[in-house]
Amino acid sequence: MKLLDFLKRERKKSASVAKERLQIIVAHQRSQRGQPDYMPMLEKELLEVIRRYVQVDDEAVNITLDSEDNCSVLELNVTLPKS
Amino acid sequence: MAKIIVVTSGKGGVGKTTSAAAIATGLALRGQKTAVIDFDVGLRNLDLIMGCERRVVYDLVNVIQGEAGLNQALIRDKRVDNLHILPASQTRDKDALTLEGVETVLNTLNKDFDYIVCDSPAGIERGAQLAMYFADEAIVVTNPEVSSVRDSDRILGLLASKTRRAERGEDPVREHLLITRYNPNRVDSGDMLNLEDIQEILAIKLVGLIPESEAVLRASNQGIPVTHDEASDAGQAYADTVARLMDEEVPLRFHEYQKKSLLSRMFGGGRR
Repeated sequence: MKLLDFLKRERKKSASVAKERLQIIVAHQRSQRGQPDYMPMLEKELLEVIRRYVQVDDEAVNITLDSEDNCSVLELNVTLPKS
Repeated sequence: MAKIIVVTSGKGGVGKTTSAAAIATGLALRGQKTAVIDFDVGLRNLDLIMGCERRVVYDLVNVIQGEAGLNQALIRDKRVDNLHILPASQTRDKDALTLEGVETVLNTLNKDFDYIVCDSPAGIERGAQLAMYFADEAIVVTNPEVSSVRDSDRILGLLASKTRRAERGEDPVREHLLITRYNPNRVDSGDMLNLEDIQEILAIKLVGLIPESEAVLRASNQGIPVTHDEASDAGQAYADTVARLMDEEVPLRFHEYQKKSLLSRMFGGGRR
């Protein structure tokens, strides 16, 4: 019986792993939902410009677009490496 | 005024055409004058599922390009009186559809029909966007499987932004979740996402749950929409779905694990 329980618990995992993975990816998709189509391109080009001067990782640049009532704020956050 | 319902999913092979055919048939069986339109230009299949593939003369693209009248292209269903099918073109490329052309066709159908069911192609390209653009309601067909759920979420994003209702700032498209190929036994053993989890992730209202069923393949083999198979679980589940679309309260069925009896195990009694 214990063996059966063990096997069953092992199997239970796959659906809950699926759920966890989906929750993360869907949250990420939704955060990008309202943003304009040019954002990925803008992000890429900004990164290129920054890299002309400083060598930074992809993760060191964080770009967010927040919309409030009638204005949008583009926030660019760059973590520069220690020189 | 017709209600325009798009059957969509993002991912291919989840049961859009099967569902569009079954739901359109169900609506017509309940006395609603229904047209079902195939938007999958180049890869039409609705005609096969509806069993009218040999009666296709003109198609949606012919109508849009003015080569045939709408009445010439509409195929009257053999089995149900109130049901008409508008097939997609098999030969043209998918750019043959235009927004204005689709609008004209829908406006004309609008006068005579109660429901217009639009069977969307897979993907999120032009064909899929045209199929959803004029929709009042959307049925998002989802399998209990990660890629299908993720793609359904992408489609929900498009429904909220790339439709006429969204662009005009009208009431949003009413979104319904239709889970297909659900296997309660695998859900019970923890190998399949359960319906509560899918609803929680996508956060839209469930309109129906279709169990994985042998009746579906049997129906498509014969070109008879599965709704006609009233003895089958899938046929009944689609009938329930249609009732819910018509705002009736129907309890959910076929979502619970059924233990096979010893007899049916011995004699291999599967699901009908």
